[in-house]
Amino acid sequence: MSTVAPPVATRKQQSPAGGGRSFSLNWLVLPALVLFIGFGIIPLIGVFVLSFTQWDGIGEIHPAGLDSWMTVLSDPGLPHALYVTFVVMIASWLVQTPLSILIGVFIAGHQRYRAVLAVIYFVPLLLSSAALAITFKALLDPNFGLGAGLGIPILVQDWLGDSTLAMGVVIFVVSWQYIPFHSLIYQGGVRQIPASMYEAAQIDGAGRMRQFFSITLPQLKYTIITSSTLMVVGSLTFFDIIFVLTAGGPGDATRVLALDMYKRGFQANLMGPASAIAVILVVLGLVIAQLLQRLGGSDATASQLEGA
Amino acid sequence: MTQQTRTAAPTASPYRPAPEDARRLMINRLKRMNWAGGAAGWVWLVIVVLPIYWIVITSFKPQSTYFSTNPLLPPTSPTLINYELVIRNNFIQYFLNSVIITVGTIVPAVLLSFMAAFAIVRGGGTRFLKFSNSLLLLGLAIPLQAVIIPVYLIIIRLRLYDSLLALILPSIAFAIPLSVLVLSNFIRDVPKELFESMRVDGCTEWGTMWRLAFPLTRPALVTVSIYNGLNVWNGFLLPLILTQSPDKRVLPLALWTFQGQYSINVPAVLASVVLTTVPILVLYAIGRRQLLSGLTAGFGK
Repeated sequence: MSTVAPPVATRKQQSPAGGGRSFSLNWLVLPALVLFIGFGIIPLIGVFVLSFTQWDGIGEIHPAGLDSWMTVLSDPGLPHALYVTFVVMIASWLVQTPLSILIGVFIAGHQRYRAVLAVIYFVPLLLSSAALAITFKALLDPNFGLGAGLGIPILVQDWLGDSTLAMGVVIFVVSWQYIPFHSLIYQGGVRQIPASMYEAAQIDGAGRMRQFFSITLPQLKYTIITSSTLMVVGSLTFFDIIFVLTAGGPGDATRVLALDMYKRGFQANLMGPASAIAVILVVLGLVIAQLLQRLGGSDATASQLEGA
Repeated sequence: MTQQTRTAAPTASPYRPAPEDARRLMINRLKRMNWAGGAAGWVWLVIVVLPIYWIVITSFKPQSTYFSTNPLLPPTSPTLINYELVIRNNFIQYFLNSVIITVGTIVPAVLLSFMAAFAIVRGGGTRFLKFSNSLLLLGLAIPLQAVIIPVYLIIIRLRLYDSLLALILPSIAFAIPLSVLVLSNFIRDVPKELFESMRVDGCTEWGTMWRLAFPLTRPALVTVSIYNGLNVWNGFLLPLILTQSPDKRVLPLALWTFQGQYSINVPAVLASVVLTTVPILVLYAIGRRQLLSGLTAGFGK
């Protein structure tokens, strides 16, 4: 690698004096910073600006004042999308958290067979959302899917054609995809609990259950908050999986905010209102993340809001 | 425990554990077993494996017999016809596109992030570096979905719409914040004496960066590359919005269009899923540890 490195222009200033050194070091941040500002910060400002304009995605952009906001806020589609988003958020949290903790505790054990099982558990993490959604779409197809093939009546349902069932499927598939990730986080958390705590509890005669509720869970407090923040904020941005699985349907039963934004912006060509929804998404994410962090006291991982 | 009974048997000394002791040990051990966790573990295994197993076996069944056979039994006469169909549908091209955008993203993203992280750690906290660092940290809170419209606008204005570069540039930008965070945490752990001795030997900061910090940071560099690579390889939203023509299609998007085209041919659709996942599975088999640590990179425990 070092052969590739061109001599930096500030060679003369390489004296031990701090000033010269940090001058050349400042330059090293620039490429990353410029790219990030160009495609991260400017768009973040841009989305606010665009929410006050009118744009069809191709032609000229016209300032439009509060028009987009009026449209969006008076549209019954917004409360519905918000409602659907929160249902997905809460239901997937309720399904994922207990299961992830259980599995995380399970694979934190050092037994050989658990290590082997863990290898298999993590496979869903590798699949793309598109691949996953396509798989489950095929698997649940009422005519060609697994249920029809096995002839088990209860499995032969119009899984994606019924509003309630479709919502259930979305939550199941999302959990299937993300439980491994959160188990991984919990595994790390459990392994950091000092073994001496369990030894002490054992001497005091605490059983498995008691140990779990009195040691494991309280010790996992910060892990739970980190994982929940990722889960909840991540669920705001579920897009690809729902887009491919149900496209928001049937009707608008699974039309979450991110999908609502896409449909308004890139299908109905109303970029102004779509930007307004994007702004709502950003603000919601920040507010929820802040609330969750407040809940657990301050933590350095506060800003880990990758759109997981 | 078997070991204990085995060694105990021949000696027959007064120290031999009584049979009741052995039984009590056994009972204790049973009590200590994590029943809830164990049950969840095995049930979850079935839930994970079943769909994967079904995808794989079905992809080898001909469409004609697919529906008449038991869906959970492997095919009696496996066929590659589905894979042929997938490959005939230009998947090689899509595969190459995916490779180009993945490599084209992670190499610059990781190098630029490494340079930035090095400067942030070694720069002695100038105001500019502190500002850069907090700006990058803010980036962790920006979801790509929420800023996709302005990104689209910028790409159009740069006349990059419908090109692979249109996918690469925003992907690099969104890979940078987490990469800088992880790498700077790692560089911070390099003992200061090493940097000091490099300086005493008259090495420039630029030389120190590549000759000392870069090799020492290798595990973190691998981790970050894998994390970003997986994100880009599996990314769907950017290609969906920023490309249009079939020759710019990447794998996840190709899967989606292929499924739209051949929705009734379930085995072929599943073959396309298998084919796009195999490269990552191979990587998983080779570097599982790095991959998993890559996935949780930067998340506090």
